[in-house]
Amino acid sequence: MVGETTPGKLSRAMSTTFPQTITSAPSEPMAPASTLSAAPRPTRRHYGDRVYRWLLTALALTLPLLLVAIVAELIVSSWPSIHKFGFSFIWTSVWDPVGEVYGAAPMIFGTLVSSLLALVIAVPLSLGVAIFLTEFAPKWLRQPVAFLVELLAAIPSVVYGLWGIYVLIPLLRDYAAPPIRALLGWTPLFNGIFYGNSMLAGGIILAIMIVPYIAAISREVLLAVPATQREAALGLGATRWEAVWGAVLPYGRAGIIGAVMLGLGRALGETMAVTMVIGNRHDIALSLFQPGYTMAAAIANEFSEATSTMYLSALFEVGLVLFVITIGVNAFARLLVWRVARGTAVGSKAL
Amino acid sequence: MKKQLTVAVLAMGAFTAPLAAQTKITGAGSTFSNILYTDWMQTYNKAHADVQFNYQSIGSGAGIRQFSDKTVDFGASDAPMTDSAMGAISGNVLHIPTELGGVPPTYNIPGVTAQLKFSGPVLADIFLGTITKWNDARIVADNPGVKLPDQDIVVVHRSDGSGTSFILTDFLSKVSPDWASKVGKGTAVNWPVGLGAKGSEGVSATVKQTPGAIGYVELGYALANNLPVGAVKNKAGKFVAAWVQSVTAAAAAALKTMSPTTDFRVSITNPDGADAYPISSFTWMLVHKDYEDAAKAKAIVQYTWWAVTTGQERCGELGYAPLPKALQPWLEARLKTITAGGTAVWSGPAGR
Repeated sequence: MVGETTPGKLSRAMSTTFPQTITSAPSEPMAPASTLSAAPRPTRRHYGDRVYRWLLTALALTLPLLLVAIVAELIVSSWPSIHKFGFSFIWTSVWDPVGEVYGAAPMIFGTLVSSLLALVIAVPLSLGVAIFLTEFAPKWLRQPVAFLVELLAAIPSVVYGLWGIYVLIPLLRDYAAPPIRALLGWTPLFNGIFYGNSMLAGGIILAIMIVPYIAAISREVLLAVPATQREAALGLGATRWEAVWGAVLPYGRAGIIGAVMLGLGRALGETMAVTMVIGNRHDIALSLFQPGYTMAAAIANEFSEATSTMYLSALFEVGLVLFVITIGVNAFARLLVWRVARGTAVGSKAL
Repeated sequence: MKKQLTVAVLAMGAFTAPLAAQTKITGAGSTFSNILYTDWMQTYNKAHADVQFNYQSIGSGAGIRQFSDKTVDFGASDAPMTDSAMGAISGNVLHIPTELGGVPPTYNIPGVTAQLKFSGPVLADIFLGTITKWNDARIVADNPGVKLPDQDIVVVHRSDGSGTSFILTDFLSKVSPDWASKVGKGTAVNWPVGLGAKGSEGVSATVKQTPGAIGYVELGYALANNLPVGAVKNKAGKFVAAWVQSVTAAAAAALKTMSPTTDFRVSITNPDGADAYPISSFTWMLVHKDYEDAAKAKAIVQYTWWAVTTGQERCGELGYAPLPKALQPWLEARLKTITAGGTAVWSGPAGR
C-alpha cells in the first residue's frame, strides 16, 4: 500500500507550504518593469496563482450552488402541494387531476420496483460480460465485444422505447408470458392478464439500458486488479473460476458496487423508454405483468398540460421526491463503497 | 428547399429594408393545432411580410401558462381555460375558435374488419371498465351482423395531458352519469382502467400492438394514418363516423343553441343534428381583450380574422374540420372588441 500513501503525503505537504508563500504575496509591492530581471518574478507568479485560485474556487462553488438552487426551486414550487397533502402525498394512491387529489405512492413504488427489477437482470449479465471479457475471452474478441457493449449506451432512449413497443412487447406477450404464467401464474408476482405494457417490460428495457454502464465500469475495475492477485490464487492451486471468484472479484468489490449504483441511479431517472412500455397506470400492483408508472415518466407526461397550480405543484413534489430518492441512493452507494473499500484495504494488508 | 429560400429571402429583406416596421407576434400552446397554425402563418406571411410569427407547440397547458404570464402574445388550447385560470388574469382573455377537432375511437380486434358502432353509454362503460369483453351483449346489440370474439378489452388512453382526452371525457360525461360522477372531464383524468400511452402516436402504436385494444386519437391523425375508426351514436340516434364534414356539422348544429354573445368556451359535444359527429369540439386561440402594444394588437386581430375566414380553406386538406360559415359574423363582432390601451384596433379585413 506504499503507492497509496505517497500521494496523500504529497498533497498534505503541498497544502501546508503553498498558503504561506501566497499569503506573503500581497504585502510586497508590484515591481517596476525595469527591475523585473532582478528578483520579484515570484511575486507576479503568485498574483496569477491567486487569481487562478479564486477562479477555480468560484467554478467549484458553482455546482453546489446550482444544486442548492434546484432544491430551493423544487421546494418552493411544490409548497402548495406539500402544504395541502402533507405526508399523505407519499403513501396515497389516488391521482385525480379533475378532483385535485394527488398521491404519488404508485409512482414511487413503480420507480423503485422497475429499477430493482432492472438491477436483478442487469447485474449478473453485466458482471458476466465483464468477467468474460477480462478473464476468459480470447484476446482478439475482447476489444470488439467491449466496444459493442459500450455502444448500447449510445442508443437514444426513445429508440429503446420504440424497440420495446414493436419488438420486446410482442415477444414477451407471444412467447415469454404464456410459459411464465403456466409455471408461476399462481404466485402474486406473475398473476393477471398480460397486455404487454407492464412493469416487466419496463424493467427489461431498463436492464438493457444500464448493462453497458455496469459492464464497462466493472470491466475497467477488473482490468485494474493486479495480475499478482490472480497469479497468487492460481499459484495456490485454485481453478480459474476460483481465482476469479475468490481473488479478483473481492479485490474489485468497491468499484463493482460503484458501477451497480451508477446503473441504479440511471435506472431511477430514465424516462422516455420506460414511459413507452410500462403502461403509465397510477396503480400499485404486485404482479410484474400489470402496468405501472414511474416518477420520471409521470413528470414528462403530464408537465406540459398541467394547467392548475395544484397539479403543477404536485408534479414538482414528485420531482422533489425523485430528487431525494436519487440523493439517498447515491449517499448509500458512497457509504457502501467506503465501507467495502476499507474492508478491502484491511484485507489486503492482512494478505 | 422552396421554404428555405423564402426564409432566406425574407431574412435578407429584413436586413436590406430595416425601415419597414416589423411586427413580431409570438404564440405558444396546442400541439394539436401546430400543423394548421404553422401553415397559416407561412401563408399569411407571404402576403404580409411585415408580420413575423413564432409559434411554439409546447402543449395547451404550457401555452395557457405562457399566455397568462404575457410571455407570448397569444395562446392556443384544445381545452378552454377554467374560470379560476381566467380570474387569475382578471378575465383579460378571449377564446376565439379557429378550427374543430373530432375524436374517433380506434380499435384492434383480430378478425373484425367491419366498422364498429358505439353508442355513448357503451363507450363510457368500456372506458369505465364495466364492459370487459368484446362480445358483451351491449356491444353486440349496437353491431348487428358483426361477429365479435370472446376477447378482453384493453383500454388505451393518453398518459400525457391532452385536449383529445378533454373532448372524449367531455362527451362521456354528457352521456354517462356514472362517468360524470366517477371520473369527470379534463385534459388529464383519473382513468379507471387501461394503459396510458404518450401522444396520439403512442396510443395508435399501443392499439396496433395490443390485440383487443381500444383507444382514441384526434381525427387528423386517424385520417393521415388510416386507422380503423368506429362510428358513434349521436343525439339524433344515428351512428356517424368522424369525418371532416361530420365534425363541422356538429358545430353547425351547436350554433343553433348559441347566440352572438355566447362565450365561445362552450362545449359542443353530443349536439343535436342528424349528421353531427358527437365527439367534437372547438379548439381555441387565446387572445387578450386589451393589449399594450397597438401595432401588435392590430396585427393579431387582422391575422385572426384572416385565419377564421380565408384560412379555413386550408383545414380540410390538413385533416382539420373547418368552422361553420355561420360563425363568421359572430367572430367579427368578437374581434372588434379587442383594444390596445382602451382604443379599438379593428381596421377591417386584411385581405388575402
